[in-house]
Amino acid sequence: MSNQGFVDLFPLLIGLCGVLFTLGVIGVLVRRNAIVIFMSVELMLNAANLAFIIFARALNQIDGQIFVFFVMVVAAAEVAVGLALIVTIFRTKQSINVDSINSLKG
Amino acid sequence: MTVEVIIFGILALIAIAAAALMLLTRNAVHSAIFLVVVMSSLAVLFLGLSAPFIAMVQIAVYAGAIMVLFLFVIMLLGAERIGARDMVSWHIPMAIVLAVAVLLLGGYVLLTNPAVAVVDLPTEQIVQGSAEAIGQSLFSGYLFPFEATSILLLVAMVGAVVLTRKEKKSS
Repeated sequence: MSNQGFVDLFPLLIGLCGVLFTLGVIGVLVRRNAIVIFMSVELMLNAANLAFIIFARALNQIDGQIFVFFVMVVAAAEVAVGLALIVTIFRTKQSINVDSINSLKG
Repeated sequence: MTVEVIIFGILALIAIAAAALMLLTRNAVHSAIFLVVVMSSLAVLFLGLSAPFIAMVQIAVYAGAIMVLFLFVIMLLGAERIGARDMVSWHIPMAIVLAVAVLLLGGYVLLTNPAVAVVDLPTEQIVQGSAEAIGQSLFSGYLFPFEATSILLLVAMVGAVVLTRKEKKSS
Protein backbone atom coordinates (compact mmCIF):
# COMPACT_ATOMS: atom_id res chain seq x y z
CA MET A 1 0.00 0.00 0.00
CA SER A 2 1.45 3.38 -0.94
CA ASN A 3 1.94 6.02 1.70
CA GLN A 4 -0.79 8.32 0.42
CA GLY A 5 -3.23 5.43 0.23
CA PHE A 6 -2.40 4.50 3.80
CA VAL A 7 -2.85 8.07 5.05
CA ASP A 8 -6.26 8.20 3.37
CA LEU A 9 -7.31 4.84 4.79
CA PHE A 10 -5.91 5.29 8.31
CA PRO A 11 -9.18 6.40 10.00
CA LEU A 12 -11.15 3.71 8.18
CA LEU A 13 -8.69 1.01 9.25
CA ILE A 14 -8.95 2.11 12.88
CA GLY A 15 -12.72 2.14 12.48
CA LEU A 16 -12.62 -1.44 11.18
CA CYS A 17 -10.67 -2.43 14.32
CA GLY A 18 -13.28 -0.78 16.49
CA VAL A 19 -16.19 -2.46 14.72
CA LEU A 20 -14.59 -5.92 14.90
CA PHE A 21 -13.77 -5.44 18.58
CA THR A 22 -17.33 -4.31 19.25
CA LEU A 23 -18.74 -7.37 17.50
CA GLY A 24 -16.53 -9.49 19.74
CA VAL A 25 -17.90 -7.70 22.81
CA ILE A 26 -21.47 -8.30 21.62
CA GLY A 27 -20.65 -11.98 21.12
CA VAL A 28 -19.32 -12.36 24.65
CA LEU A 29 -22.36 -10.59 26.09
CA VAL A 30 -25.10 -12.24 24.02
CA ARG A 31 -24.08 -15.82 23.30
CA ARG A 32 -24.35 -18.47 26.03
CA ASN A 33 -22.35 -21.21 24.30
CA ALA A 34 -18.92 -21.26 25.95
CA ILE A 35 -17.13 -22.16 22.71
CA VAL A 36 -18.74 -19.28 20.79
CA ILE A 37 -17.88 -16.89 23.64
CA PHE A 38 -14.31 -18.12 23.35
CA MET A 39 -14.33 -17.48 19.60
CA SER A 40 -15.61 -13.96 20.26
CA VAL A 41 -12.61 -13.38 22.53
CA GLU A 42 -10.40 -14.51 19.63
CA LEU A 43 -12.18 -11.99 17.42
CA MET A 44 -11.35 -9.23 19.90
CA LEU A 45 -7.71 -10.34 19.98
CA ASN A 46 -7.65 -10.19 16.18
CA ALA A 47 -9.05 -6.66 16.20
CA ALA A 48 -6.33 -5.63 18.65
CA ASN A 49 -3.72 -7.30 16.41
CA LEU A 50 -4.98 -5.31 13.45
CA ALA A 51 -4.63 -2.10 15.48
CA PHE A 52 -1.05 -3.07 16.38
CA ILE A 53 -0.19 -3.64 12.72
CA ILE A 54 -1.81 -0.37 11.65
CA PHE A 55 0.06 1.67 14.24
CA ALA A 56 3.32 -0.13 13.46
CA ARG A 57 2.82 0.90 9.85
CA ALA A 58 1.87 4.46 10.84
CA LEU A 59 4.98 4.89 13.01
CA ASN A 60 7.14 2.99 10.51
CA GLN A 61 8.48 0.70 13.25
CA ILE A 62 8.53 -3.08 13.46
CA ASP A 63 7.87 -3.37 17.20
CA GLY A 64 4.10 -3.46 16.70
CA GLN A 65 4.47 -6.55 14.54
CA ILE A 66 6.61 -8.22 17.22
CA PHE A 67 3.82 -7.59 19.70
CA VAL A 68 1.31 -9.19 17.35
CA PHE A 69 3.60 -12.21 17.23
CA PHE A 70 3.55 -12.44 21.04
CA VAL A 71 -0.22 -11.96 21.13
CA MET A 72 -0.58 -14.92 18.76
CA VAL A 73 1.65 -17.10 20.95
CA VAL A 74 -0.30 -16.19 24.08
CA ALA A 75 -3.58 -16.77 22.22
CA ALA A 76 -2.43 -20.24 21.21
CA ALA A 77 -1.55 -21.10 24.82
CA GLU A 78 -4.81 -19.62 26.05
CA VAL A 79 -6.87 -21.60 23.55
CA ALA A 80 -5.19 -24.85 24.56
CA VAL A 81 -5.91 -24.32 28.26
CA GLY A 82 -9.35 -22.81 27.70
CA LEU A 83 -10.55 -25.65 25.49
CA ALA A 84 -9.19 -28.15 28.02
CA LEU A 85 -11.28 -26.39 30.67
CA ILE A 86 -14.36 -26.52 28.41
CA VAL A 87 -13.85 -30.25 27.82
CA THR A 88 -13.55 -30.82 31.58
CA ILE A 89 -16.67 -28.76 32.29
CA PHE A 90 -18.58 -30.66 29.60
CA ARG A 91 -17.58 -33.97 31.22
CA THR A 92 -18.94 -32.97 34.61
CA LYS A 93 -21.98 -30.89 33.56
CA GLN A 94 -22.88 -32.44 30.17
CA SER A 95 -23.37 -28.88 28.96
CA ILE A 96 -21.28 -25.94 27.86
CA ASN A 97 -23.96 -23.35 28.42
CA VAL A 98 -22.30 -20.78 30.67
CA ASP A 99 -25.57 -20.22 32.56
CA SER A 100 -25.47 -23.80 33.80
CA ILE A 101 -22.05 -23.28 35.35
CA ASN A 102 -23.35 -21.64 38.50
CA SER A 103 -21.82 -23.56 41.38
CA LEU A 104 -18.28 -23.53 42.70
CA LYS A 105 -18.33 -27.24 43.52
CA GLY A 106 -18.77 -29.36 40.41
CA MET B 1 -11.41 6.31 -5.57
CA THR B 2 -8.20 4.37 -5.81
CA VAL B 3 -7.80 0.64 -6.10
CA GLU B 4 -6.49 0.54 -2.52
CA VAL B 5 -9.72 1.97 -1.16
CA ILE B 6 -11.76 -0.54 -3.18
CA ILE B 7 -9.70 -3.51 -1.95
CA PHE B 8 -9.92 -2.27 1.62
CA GLY B 9 -13.67 -1.82 1.30
CA ILE B 10 -14.17 -5.37 0.03
CA LEU B 11 -11.99 -6.87 2.77
CA ALA B 12 -13.63 -4.79 5.49
CA LEU B 13 -17.09 -5.79 4.29
CA ILE B 14 -16.11 -9.48 4.24
CA ALA B 15 -14.59 -9.24 7.73
CA ILE B 16 -17.53 -7.40 9.30
CA ALA B 17 -20.16 -9.55 7.58
CA ALA B 18 -18.40 -12.78 8.60
CA ALA B 19 -17.99 -11.54 12.19
CA ALA B 20 -21.68 -10.65 12.37
CA LEU B 21 -22.69 -14.03 10.90
CA MET B 22 -20.41 -15.74 13.42
CA LEU B 23 -22.53 -14.23 16.17
CA LEU B 24 -25.87 -14.84 14.48
CA THR B 25 -25.55 -18.45 13.37
CA ARG B 26 -26.80 -21.07 15.82
CA ASN B 27 -24.40 -23.79 14.72
CA ALA B 28 -21.01 -23.65 16.46
CA VAL B 29 -19.25 -25.23 13.46
CA HIS B 30 -20.57 -22.46 11.20
CA SER B 31 -19.35 -19.91 13.76
CA ALA B 32 -15.86 -21.39 13.57
CA ILE B 33 -15.86 -21.32 9.76
CA PHE B 34 -16.96 -17.67 9.75
CA LEU B 35 -14.17 -16.85 12.20
CA VAL B 36 -11.70 -18.43 9.73
CA VAL B 37 -13.09 -16.10 7.05
CA VAL B 38 -12.54 -13.07 9.33
CA MET B 39 -8.97 -14.15 10.08
CA SER B 40 -8.16 -14.77 6.43
CA SER B 41 -9.42 -11.35 5.36
CA LEU B 42 -7.40 -9.77 8.16
CA ALA B 43 -4.34 -11.65 6.90
CA VAL B 44 -4.80 -10.09 3.45
CA LEU B 45 -5.07 -6.68 5.14
CA PHE B 46 -1.79 -7.40 6.96
CA LEU B 47 -0.15 -8.06 3.58
CA GLY B 48 -1.24 -4.60 2.48
CA LEU B 49 0.06 -3.03 5.70
CA SER B 50 3.64 -4.21 4.99
CA ALA B 51 3.50 -7.12 7.43
CA PRO B 52 3.90 -10.16 5.14
CA PHE B 53 5.39 -12.43 7.82
CA ILE B 54 2.63 -11.70 10.31
CA ALA B 55 0.08 -12.34 7.57
CA MET B 56 1.51 -15.81 6.96
CA VAL B 57 1.65 -16.53 10.70
CA GLN B 58 -1.96 -15.38 10.96
CA ILE B 59 -2.98 -17.92 8.32
CA ALA B 60 -0.85 -20.76 9.71
CA VAL B 61 -1.38 -20.28 13.45
CA TYR B 62 -4.77 -18.61 13.75
CA ALA B 63 -6.76 -19.80 10.76
CA GLY B 64 -4.89 -23.09 10.81
CA ALA B 65 -3.88 -24.40 14.19
CA ILE B 66 -6.16 -22.53 16.59
CA MET B 67 -9.31 -22.94 14.52
CA VAL B 68 -8.59 -26.64 13.93
CA LEU B 69 -8.36 -26.98 17.72
CA PHE B 70 -11.72 -25.22 18.05
CA LEU B 71 -13.38 -27.43 15.44
CA PHE B 72 -11.83 -30.51 17.00
CA VAL B 73 -13.28 -29.69 20.41
CA ILE B 74 -16.69 -28.74 18.95
CA MET B 75 -16.91 -32.07 17.15
CA LEU B 76 -15.46 -34.01 20.07
CA LEU B 77 -18.15 -32.67 22.38
CA GLY B 78 -20.87 -32.87 19.73
CA ALA B 79 -21.54 -29.31 20.76
CA GLU B 80 -22.49 -27.91 17.38
CA ARG B 81 -26.21 -28.15 18.17
CA ILE B 82 -26.01 -27.19 21.82
CA GLY B 83 -27.84 -24.02 22.69
CA ALA B 84 -30.81 -23.91 20.36
CA ARG B 85 -32.25 -21.40 22.81
CA ASP B 86 -28.86 -19.83 23.03
CA MET B 87 -29.52 -16.11 23.09
CA VAL B 88 -31.43 -14.69 26.03
CA SER B 89 -33.85 -12.10 24.67
CA TRP B 90 -33.32 -9.32 27.19
CA HIS B 91 -29.54 -9.63 26.89
CA ILE B 92 -29.50 -8.47 23.29
CA PRO B 93 -30.59 -4.80 23.64
CA MET B 94 -28.39 -4.41 26.72
CA ALA B 95 -25.42 -5.93 24.93
CA ILE B 96 -25.91 -3.67 21.93
CA VAL B 97 -26.14 -0.58 24.15
CA LEU B 98 -22.94 -1.59 25.96
CA ALA B 99 -21.17 -2.39 22.69
CA VAL B 100 -22.13 0.95 21.15
CA ALA B 101 -20.85 2.60 24.33
CA VAL B 102 -17.53 0.78 23.87
CA LEU B 103 -17.34 1.87 20.24
CA LEU B 104 -18.21 5.51 21.02
CA LEU B 105 -15.75 5.66 23.90
CA GLY B 106 -12.96 4.23 21.75
CA GLY B 107 -13.79 6.59 18.92
CA TYR B 108 -13.90 9.58 21.29
CA VAL B 109 -10.53 8.71 22.80
CA LEU B 110 -8.96 8.23 19.38
CA LEU B 111 -10.42 11.39 17.90
CA THR B 112 -9.50 13.64 20.83
CA ASN B 113 -5.94 12.32 21.13
CA PRO B 114 -4.13 12.78 17.84
CA ALA B 115 -1.06 11.12 19.36
CA VAL B 116 -0.20 9.17 16.24
CA ALA B 117 0.75 11.24 13.27
CA VAL B 118 1.23 9.06 10.22
CA VAL B 119 4.86 9.32 9.15
CA ASP B 120 5.10 10.69 5.66
CA LEU B 121 7.62 8.60 3.77
CA PRO B 122 8.52 7.61 0.27
CA THR B 123 7.43 4.06 -0.48
CA GLU B 124 10.95 2.60 -0.48
CA GLN B 125 11.59 3.70 3.12
CA ILE B 126 8.58 1.88 4.58
CA VAL B 127 9.76 -0.83 7.00
CA GLN B 128 8.69 -4.21 5.67
CA GLY B 129 7.97 -6.81 8.34
CA SER B 130 9.72 -9.63 6.51
CA ALA B 131 10.76 -12.84 8.27
CA GLU B 132 14.33 -11.52 8.36
CA ALA B 133 13.40 -8.21 10.00
CA ILE B 134 11.07 -9.89 12.51
CA GLY B 135 13.74 -12.46 13.35
CA GLN B 136 16.44 -9.82 13.81
CA SER B 137 14.24 -7.91 16.23
CA LEU B 138 12.96 -11.02 17.98
CA PHE B 139 16.42 -12.42 18.70
CA SER B 140 18.03 -9.14 19.74
CA GLY B 141 15.76 -6.66 21.47
CA TYR B 142 12.96 -9.06 22.37
CA LEU B 143 15.04 -12.10 23.31
CA PHE B 144 13.85 -12.31 26.92
CA PRO B 145 10.10 -12.08 26.13
CA PHE B 146 10.67 -14.64 23.38
CA GLU B 147 12.23 -17.11 25.83
CA ALA B 148 9.49 -16.35 28.35
CA THR B 149 6.81 -17.27 25.80
CA SER B 150 8.51 -20.61 25.24
CA ILE B 151 8.07 -21.35 28.94
CA LEU B 152 4.48 -20.11 28.72
CA LEU B 153 3.77 -22.55 25.88
CA LEU B 154 5.31 -25.41 27.88
CA VAL B 155 3.18 -24.53 30.92
CA ALA B 156 0.05 -24.30 28.75
CA MET B 157 0.79 -27.68 27.21
CA VAL B 158 1.26 -29.34 30.60
CA GLY B 159 -1.84 -27.57 31.89
CA ALA B 160 -3.98 -28.79 29.01
CA VAL B 161 -2.79 -32.37 29.50
CA VAL B 162 -3.40 -32.27 33.26
CA LEU B 163 -6.86 -30.70 32.89
CA THR B 164 -8.17 -33.20 30.35
CA ARG B 165 -6.70 -36.28 32.05
CA LYS B 166 -9.26 -38.81 33.19
CA GLU B 167 -9.70 -38.62 36.96
CA LYS B 168 -8.64 -41.78 38.70
CA LYS B 169 -11.05 -43.06 41.30
CA SER B 170 -9.49 -41.92 44.56
CA SER B 171 -9.69 -44.54 47.25
